[in-house]
Formats: sequence, C-alpha cells, structure tokens
Amino acid sequence: MKLRVAAPFALVACACLLATACGGSGNSDENGLSGRIEADGSSTVGPLTSYAAEAFQKLHSGVQVTVGISGTGGGFERFCSGETDLSNASRPIEADEEAACRKAGIEYVELQIANDALSVVVNTGNDWATCLTVDQLKQIWEPGSKIERWKELDASFPDDDLVLFGPGTDSGTFDFFTKEVVGDEGASRSDYQASENDNVLVNGVKGQKGALGYFGFSYYDQNRSGLKALAIDSGGGCVGPSVETAQDGTYTPLSRPLLVYAKRTAFERPEVQAFLRYLVDESRAIAAATLFVPLTDEQLTAARKRLEDT
Amino acid sequence: MATREATAPRAPTLRASRRYVGETLIKAALGLCALVSILTTVGIVVALLEPALEFFREISVIDFLTGTNWAPLFEPAHFGVVPLLVGTLLVTVWACIVCIPFGLGSAIYLSEYARPGTRKVLKPALELLAGIPTVVFGYFALTFVTPLLRDIGLNVEIFNALSAGLVMGVMLIPTVASLSEDAMTAVPQNLRDGAYALGATRLQVATRTVVPAAVSGIVASFVLGISRAVGETMIVLIAAGQQPQLTFDPRVGIETMTAFIAATGAGDVPRGTIEYKTIFAVGITLFAITLVLNMFSIRLVRRFREVYE
Amino acid sequence: MSRLEGSRRTGRGRGLAFQLALWLSLAVGFLTLGALLVQVFTKGFARVDGKLFTDPPSFDPLIAGARPAIFATLWLMGLVFLFAVPVGIGTAIYLEEYARKDRWYNRLLEVNIQNLAAVPSIVYGILGLAFLVRGLGLGRVVLAGGMILTLLVLPTVIIAAREALRAVPGSIREGAVALGATQWQVVWRQVLPAAVPGIATGSILALSRAIGETAPLIMVGAVTYISFNPSLLGPFTALPIQIYTWTNQPQEEFRVLAAAAIIVLLVILLVMNSFAIVIRNRYQKRW
Repeated sequence: MKLRVAAPFALVACACLLATACGGSGNSDENGLSGRIEADGSSTVGPLTSYAAEAFQKLHSGVQVTVGISGTGGGFERFCSGETDLSNASRPIEADEEAACRKAGIEYVELQIANDALSVVVNTGNDWATCLTVDQLKQIWEPGSKIERWKELDASFPDDDLVLFGPGTDSGTFDFFTKEVVGDEGASRSDYQASENDNVLVNGVKGQKGALGYFGFSYYDQNRSGLKALAIDSGGGCVGPSVETAQDGTYTPLSRPLLVYAKRTAFERPEVQAFLRYLVDESRAIAAATLFVPLTDEQLTAARKRLEDT
Repeated sequence: MATREATAPRAPTLRASRRYVGETLIKAALGLCALVSILTTVGIVVALLEPALEFFREISVIDFLTGTNWAPLFEPAHFGVVPLLVGTLLVTVWACIVCIPFGLGSAIYLSEYARPGTRKVLKPALELLAGIPTVVFGYFALTFVTPLLRDIGLNVEIFNALSAGLVMGVMLIPTVASLSEDAMTAVPQNLRDGAYALGATRLQVATRTVVPAAVSGIVASFVLGISRAVGETMIVLIAAGQQPQLTFDPRVGIETMTAFIAATGAGDVPRGTIEYKTIFAVGITLFAITLVLNMFSIRLVRRFREVYE
Repeated sequence: MSRLEGSRRTGRGRGLAFQLALWLSLAVGFLTLGALLVQVFTKGFARVDGKLFTDPPSFDPLIAGARPAIFATLWLMGLVFLFAVPVGIGTAIYLEEYARKDRWYNRLLEVNIQNLAAVPSIVYGILGLAFLVRGLGLGRVVLAGGMILTLLVLPTVIIAAREALRAVPGSIREGAVALGATQWQVVWRQVLPAAVPGIATGSILALSRAIGETAPLIMVGAVTYISFNPSLLGPFTALPIQIYTWTNQPQEEFRVLAAAAIIVLLVILLVMNSFAIVIRNRYQKRW
C-alpha cells in the first residue's frame, strides 16, 4: 500500500530530474571555441564580468562562463590555489596573496577593465552642503570622531543630525575609502549604519534628511531622484562624481580601478584569450552598460599592451 | 525498559538464524546513520579549531572573551567578543518572546480546538511560513517592520535588534508549532476522555492534561526553535545591522556573531590574516556556547518528561 | 477532585479568553504570512512568465530569467530529500529503539545532534568547503551543495523523527514483541508507520529550510552568474542566491524579478510539501 502511494510521486520526481540533467554540454561553434571559464572574486566587479560573459557567450555559444562572488579576498585565495581562471578584484593584490601565488607557481597578468567613482551622497532635502573638502570628510569619518551634528562640521550648516551610512568593514569599498580619506586602511569611526547591501544604504540615505553615505557610482546614478552627490575638494576645487571627471582624473581621490587577474596557464587556452580580448576591447561598452566608469584612452592602451605582451 | 530490549523469542522457524544476522546488520546500518552526525560535528570542530587556535596564539583568550570592544577590521583593531555575544542574545531573546508563546498557542489551537478538516488546511499553511527564504524575511524586517515600529512610536534606528528578533520569531513559529502540535496530537485520546469524564473544561484538558503529557515534544520544539534563532544568519545580516556595540536596547543596531561570520567570510578580507581568523574564533565560541546550553536543556527535559501509556 | 475548580460560569469566561489567546497566536503567524505574500505577489506576479523559466539570467531585466537557478534548486531538493530523510530516520530509530540510554556515547550523540541544530548555516558552509569541496575533491558542484544542505537539515529531521517515535505508545511495541516479532520487525511494521506523520513534518520543515538557504551554498561554490543548466557534477547557482543577487542590483526592475523568483520558489516548496502533507494526512492516527 505504501508503495502505491509513493510510486507516482517518485516517478514524477525522476522525470523532472532527468529532464534537467540534459544540461548544456557546450558544443563548439563555427569558430571552434569551446570550454569552460571560471571567474570569481569581488562582488563589485562581478556584474562587469557577468555582462561580458553574457555577451561573449552569445557570440561563441560553445563557451561556458561562470562568475562567483566570494569576495576579492576569497577570489584571490581560489585563484592562487589554481581553482579559477580569472579573479575579479576591487583592490590590487596584496603582498601575502602575491606570495601565495608565487608559492603555488601561479603566474598572472593584471588587467584594469573599468573605474569606479565612489560617491559621497546626501539626502535631497539637504540644501546646505554641496561640496566638502577631503579634510572635512576625514573629520567626519576618522576613528573617535565625535561629530554628531552638521553644525559641528561647519558653523554655517544647520543644526541637523548627522546620520552616517557606509559599507561593512569587510568590503573593498570600505578599505579604499578609509585609505584615501582618513589615511589608513581600516581607520574609521565605528558608530555608523553599516550594510553589505548598497541598496539598503541608498534607502537609508533617502530616508533621513541629515544622512550622509558613500557607495559606488552606479547606485547613485540609479537613484538620482532621491540622492544628491557631494562634490569633493581635494585641493583643486570642488569636483562632483561623473563619468567624465572620473576619467580625466579630476575627481580625486575617490576614483578606484576595477581589476581582473588572469592566470597565465589559462591564457594558453584559445577561449580564455578570446574572452579576455573581448573584455578589454569592449571594456568601454561593458562599463557603460553596467554603470561603471569606462577606461580612459591611456588605460585602454595600457591594458591592450599588457594583453599583447602575454 | 526491559521490554524494549527484549530479545526475539526463540520462534521455531527455519529462518531464525538469518533473522538474527539480519538484526545485527540492521543495527549496524542504523548506527552508521548516527555516525553521520558525529562525523559532522568532528568535521566542524576540526575545520574551526585549527585557525581558531592560530588566532588565540596571537590574541589572548581572556581578552577575547571579556573585551567589550569588537573592531577587528578597524585600525587599531580590538578583539573583545562581548558585544557580539550580547547582540546574539538580544536578538534571540526577542525571537523567543515571539516564537514560544505564539508557537505553542498555535499548536494548542490546532491540536485541541480546530476541527480535523481545518487542521489539515491550517497546518500546511503555517508550514509555508517556514519555507520563505530567510533573505526575504530579512528584507521584510528592514522594509516593513522597521517603518511599522517607527509608526507606532518606537524610535528605532534603521537597523535594530527588535525588527530582526520579531521577524525571526515569526519565522520560527511554524517550527515550534508543528513539532509541538505533532506531540500533542500523539497524546492518547483516552487521556483526554478521562479528563472530560471528570468534568474538565477544554481549557483544563488542554493545559493540564495534554500539554504535560506532550512536554517532551514541546520542549524539543522550543530547543530547536531557540537553536535556530541563535544560528540564524541572513535575517540579522540584513536587518539587525553590522554595528557591534554593547547595548541591551533593542532599538539600536547591533551585530550578532553569525552576521559577523557571514559578512567577513564573504567579504574582501585576505585569507590567512588575523582578521580572517576571527571568523573561526567567533565560530568556535558560538559552538561551545550552544553545546553548554544544550547539555543543560537535555538534563532539564529528562527531568520533566512523563511517559504515558 | 479539588483541582477542577470554578463553576461553569467562570470556567466559560476563562475558556473564552484562552481560546481568544490561541486565535491571536495563530493570527500572528498568518498575518505575517499574508503581509509577506501580498508584498511579494503585488510586486512580482506580473513577471512570473515563461521567460522566467526558460531564459538564463541577463543584464537586461526584460529578458532575464532564472532557468539555471530553478533547475539547480530542484536538483538540490531532490538530493536533500534522498539523503536527509533516510539518514535522519535511521539515526532516530537507532537513538530511540536500539541505543542503551545509559551509555555515555549515546548521551553524547543526543547532545551532539541538538547542538548541530544551532550551528549557523555559514559554519556548515565552512565545513563543506574544507571537507567536501577540497577534502573529498568534489569541487564546487551540485552534489557538494546537496550534501552540505543535507547536513544542515539533518538535525531537524532527526529531532522530529525522534519525537514521533517517542510518541508511539509502548503498548504497541510490547504487543508486537509478545506476538513474536524481532526488534526490527517491531520498528518496521508497527512503530515506523505510526510515526510517519511526525517524520513527514520533520521532512517538511527540513526541506523548507533547505530551499531558502544561501550562505552555505555560496561558500560551497554556488556562482552568481551561470547561463547553462546544471548537472550533478557541474557548477550551479540556486534560486535564493539568484534572488539575493537580483535584490542587490541598483535597477528597480531587478527587484521585481526577485519578487517573481520568490513566487516561483514558494510554489516549488508548496508542491514539494504537498507530497509529504498527503502522506501525513493518510497516516494520521489518534490513539
């Protein structure tokens, strides 16, 4: 009796599983390109690589690309144990990671494929602040900072609460911001609202008049109706974040490179070469589509040269 | 009980000897199943212990366990785990405030008051709540519950322990309710009939007869619920915040041990550094705490369990 | 019996208040479920179209789908069911019917299982990475994901199954033994069938938890971008991960897609659980 009950369910279940088992096996196309490319690393750079993968796979249906987001550090760990072909990174490789790669005999090439303009944003109801100096930012964010109200920063500002939003301490964005603004990687006050998820930060800043937060340019760009980006004065006048200012270098110091590291042994495979070539050649279109800042002319030439030299 | 361990009677069949061998084989097979959970624990301890020990070689255990400043990835770094402990405690307490009474209440209703037809519909509907991904609960806490709490006048921050705890409690209601309800349904009907025969009201039957008889299953459901509350990651990561501060005020953002492990584990911290090893130190602390708590709870259950025939 | 205090009238008042309190308990759960479902459905229902099932994820929200994720989730649930339910039941039977309660190793086993229920899912991820992906050399494949989810939900199945076995009256066992059954026959023919409803509940709770987990799968190597269908020994992603990825995108349309994916996940869950619910209702007994 039990068998009669279970049998039809089991049959249906088996049928479902068998149907899905016919996973794409990647038959090669006319160009003869086939194979699997594995990328992992930063969750910031991930969307870039995924977009490139999607477009590339349309042209070469025999190639299968997978992209993971174990984080820049996690990506390097896998990369330097030979598990992945490409590593996405929102910061350059560090000394101990380099040592690990050397120890494992992994040689690699570093390619810059885009820029990011880290934006400092406030609520649109904030009509008093339009430009802050790097020094003012440092006063707000340095460890032990006691600034709780806007007036304390500048006497001409109103007496509104200063509510801070930012990424978690484990993110590359945090490392980069603290290094550039405060001077030391990891040096920051700890009483701010932190989140892994940039959308949450966006909502946070949108929801409070005196809010101030920092995150990647794409999140500001998609939410211009509720956010206002502050211009940064690092000594040469107030410059706001935009594609142009990030490219011509006037938006400093919050412009950061987004990198892809490729294993030299992977390079010997034609499909990896083709993908990397695609990534670099089309980097401008890719960055524009994924709302990052495209490479400048020099950066593009440098990347192309790196590729040729490999 | 002697009868449970009764050896098979010497039935005069030709297959008697084979049956005995079969019995031993079956016992071995079942023992192997049990071994899986032992191996899991061994694996967890091994995976956590080595990096944790490396961590404790650099940071003293006393500083770690008694320090009240948790800032491992800041410059300068502090490694006092107490804020994380208190954060976990805060969220767990609020989760239990929701899931235990409401879970038990739902169970009593489903088992003693609802018609069998209603129960057949309501119980699976409640279990659907258990299937909603924790990511969804996290965003629900952040985008629905926190504004709601603000609307009713509680001045909560955008990330706070209260929203996360309440939503976690609701998520755990099906766990507590379903298991408790199974336990109560299994109480023999003659027990209820006896009580009714003596003139008890439904309330009295439910609370004085059925619940005590089912207390083993009910407490097991509580323990499972509390365990899951302590170990829950996603809801707290999204809604409770990543601000490790030592406070008992549920309206402010805190960080739980699990949120720290998840955020740092998936983040950009380079592997092999002391900052990365904090994950394992916190992990093994969590493991040790729940182990002690569970040993207590098992002893407690054993004392209160009643066996009805 | 002096314990049965109260006249009819006060009894009724209290009884009514109690019933109201119970109603309230149920209401909390259902109101939340309702609020969640309404939120999710109003946002995502429009996007639950064929494309969601047939297309791979894309940067263009208009053509993005969740096909690889849906298939992988089905695979993972199948594996969890296949592994967790038998091993969980086996462990519970061992603990309840065969193990001598006074032996220290059996007590340790009990504490151990309860403790495993409290281990955060991310720690299972660390375990999976160290031992399944690297140790056993499985790599970042569906099988590893299924195995780690199994370990995650195993305590739930074991605890539920144990309680179900405990609830079976001893007289049933004694009667069977008196009729000449061996221990296994007692278990297989009498105790286990009586415990089926509780075991079914355990597997429902277990599968419900497994379908929504992200943290351990990410550590065991689920990727966030994959455009081809998964196979047992190939790379994969899963619906909750797809949902999480989509909710992290800046464009609003992806939030809508995420809501649609949640609907699909709930439907899959409902279908899976309905099997167990049917079995549970069939075997439900009042002693």
